[in-house]
Amino acid sequence: MSLPVRKFDAVVVGAGGAGLRAALQLSEAGLKTAVLSKVFPTRSHTVAAQGGIGASLGNMGEDSWLWHMYDTIKGSDYLGDQDAIEFMCRMAPQAVYELEHFGMPFDRNDDGSVYQRPFGGHSQNFGERPVQRSCCAADRTGHAMLHTLYQRNVRANTLFFVEWMALDLIRDASGQVLGVTAMEMETGEVWIFHARATLFATGGAGRIYAASTNAFINTGDGLGMAARAGIPLEDMEFWQFHPTGVAGAGVLITEGVRGEGGYLLNKNGERFMERYAPTMKDLASRDVVSRAMATEIKEGRGAGKEADHILLKLDHLGAEVIEKRLPGIREIARKFANVDPVKDPIPVVPTCHYQMGGIPTNYHGEVVVPRGGEHAAVVPGFYAAGECGCASVHGANRLGTNSLTDLLVFGRASGESVIRYLRENPGHKDLPGDAADLSRARLARLDGQAGGESVHEVGAEMRRTMQAHCGVFRFPDMLAEGVRRMQQVAARAARTGIADKSRTFNTARIEALELDNLVEVAMATMVSADARHESRGAHDRSDCPKRDDVNWLKHSLWYKDGSRLAYKPVNLTPLTAQTFEPKVRAY
Amino acid sequence: MRFSVYRYDPDKDSKPYMKDYEVALEPSDRMLLDALVRIKALDDSLSLRRSCREGVCGSDAMNINGRNGLACITRLADLKEPVELRPLPGLPVIRDLVVDMSQFFKQYHSIKPYLQNTAPAPEKERLQSPAEREELDGLYECILCACCSTSCPSFWWNPDKFVGPAGLLAAYRFIADTRDQATSERLDDLEDPYRLFRCHSIMNCVDVCPKGLNPTRAIGRIKELMVKRMV
Repeated sequence: MSLPVRKFDAVVVGAGGAGLRAALQLSEAGLKTAVLSKVFPTRSHTVAAQGGIGASLGNMGEDSWLWHMYDTIKGSDYLGDQDAIEFMCRMAPQAVYELEHFGMPFDRNDDGSVYQRPFGGHSQNFGERPVQRSCCAADRTGHAMLHTLYQRNVRANTLFFVEWMALDLIRDASGQVLGVTAMEMETGEVWIFHARATLFATGGAGRIYAASTNAFINTGDGLGMAARAGIPLEDMEFWQFHPTGVAGAGVLITEGVRGEGGYLLNKNGERFMERYAPTMKDLASRDVVSRAMATEIKEGRGAGKEADHILLKLDHLGAEVIEKRLPGIREIARKFANVDPVKDPIPVVPTCHYQMGGIPTNYHGEVVVPRGGEHAAVVPGFYAAGECGCASVHGANRLGTNSLTDLLVFGRASGESVIRYLRENPGHKDLPGDAADLSRARLARLDGQAGGESVHEVGAEMRRTMQAHCGVFRFPDMLAEGVRRMQQVAARAARTGIADKSRTFNTARIEALELDNLVEVAMATMVSADARHESRGAHDRSDCPKRDDVNWLKHSLWYKDGSRLAYKPVNLTPLTAQTFEPKVRAY
Repeated sequence: MRFSVYRYDPDKDSKPYMKDYEVALEPSDRMLLDALVRIKALDDSLSLRRSCREGVCGSDAMNINGRNGLACITRLADLKEPVELRPLPGLPVIRDLVVDMSQFFKQYHSIKPYLQNTAPAPEKERLQSPAEREELDGLYECILCACCSTSCPSFWWNPDKFVGPAGLLAAYRFIADTRDQATSERLDDLEDPYRLFRCHSIMNCVDVCPKGLNPTRAIGRIKELMVKRMV
């Protein structure tokens, strides 16, 4: 049985911020482009971003891309690639202006310019004092941005395949990427999307953790597909725990609350961040704040009956500021924490939020892998942008607001790279005979599995394992045990069964296929974390409490085949600026 | 807690039916979506859309005890048992709680939901005063969940001709934007016995909007502008 084949110049998988920005570039260039998304585009997780887009517009005071670059490198704990970081910070203002021209409803200053708020880790003059760099639309920036980008794609007549889930990447014997297989959820039909260029913008996989700010759809599908096709995953041990997820519910409370003047309190009412970060205080980097909070809780100074959370106080901002700048937060706090922040503090805990690692790319969005003696050889026809990619601009810890900047800058850049590549490489290369074999085998196994494991239970075991063994603080024995447990989880995931065999909108099947992807990401994370014998950014190990630039100033690359690791050097050479040499990181 | 859920799988059911579920909830289960996730763990054949679980993506709109809402921000404690769950009314059912939203999006797309401005873009941002920007509050926050349009009798009768509250809210969002230059074309497009004027101010849309938006008011503003340009 052969599958229907549809030919396109380019296929974009994922229609969040990065996918939509890339698709716009391709559609406006007149290329025959298919954009596949598991959900209607405006349901993508970019919609949940709150605080803003980092760009040195300088609307509120002096700012420069070089300061933004320094802050990002320092925030990354020097693991970020300095060429990619320079590129992002230089392009950021243009990306914001462009989005404004598309119709983004940014908040405004009295002079009519875009309003910018302070955010964690962003500073003036290389760490001297906080700067206002985050361009926002109240606390609904991601929502406003995603809708604006979707609207602009409607104008450009972009061809969307809505509620199509990509299953596997198609590569030929030479390693060139030739498209994907994908399933239409409504009918269960599987097609081959034969493309001259394939761009992944599939987002993160925060659902590998039990407590996560992430949407249900964040299952690392792009990473799973890449890993199964032999592409390594970079720096997967680095996961950001956002300081302020609503305790118990996981729902995000933006750092913009602290940007606007809110702060954290322990059970004694002490503003403890003054002890951990004397200059930036509550606006230190997220890894620093999350560790401080976890330490306060661990040492018995957590708030509440169980002493298990921290309080985020913002009532002193006044009802007017809260209603104007943080209306969504007030809504979330009332619904998910039963408190009105105009009167009472919000109970918060560090919560899994963002994946710094991903599919390795250069700053053009081209996927790069080690080949021969080369660290970063381009995989022809394959691109990645946004949270699923690793350029690497976030290194070991991402600064707040830089994720939206990343989506815009690298969405556009990868789209431009695809356009260049298509111009230079006309015509479709033939599909290999086994193009759809893997997807067909996975679907056939799922349909035929008797007495299989429950998708729900295996998923829950994976999330518990990741939470307990690979959280904010990591311990060598727990990591080693975590690797063993993840091996058991992976073995069980290979035998999942579903009762629902319907072809029509079968979400049991979708969830089973998603679990395959989650398990690849979780395994990559645990194995990479177990191997990295230092503490850097979001990766904190009890037995190696210091950063070790002699041995570990390098990127991890995890291969699914044999769960093996390789490493490549960090790029410390910017495009035009001077290198920012690694130094002690204090806020 | 007891639930009665609309079930229909065209692959095997000749007609829809209601299925009862009784699930044991944990204290951490606050919202209806938490209960639905538990039901799905027991019976994986129940199909529904869901994603952000915090009321911003608009995936899990459904009819809850006779009223449209989002499962993820509907408190279980506020619901009468057995909780009756049905797909959004007025749209074709694909399966269970999943409806075909093509018609809804077609109407949204019909109002040209994008900023129109043919002037060359400035080097930096277009300027807009805080007061002008405030005009967009209560308009741009729509999440396209379709709770409003599928609770509107005018939309039920003429889903192919009446734009519906969500689309009209979006139309006014662009009319109200000082950066948009197509107000006159937008009004021309809506000046039609069906596209705009099927709204009879029943206000079901305002009543159900999970984001607290007011499409009826936006529709009223559009009508005012039409009157204004006639005189």
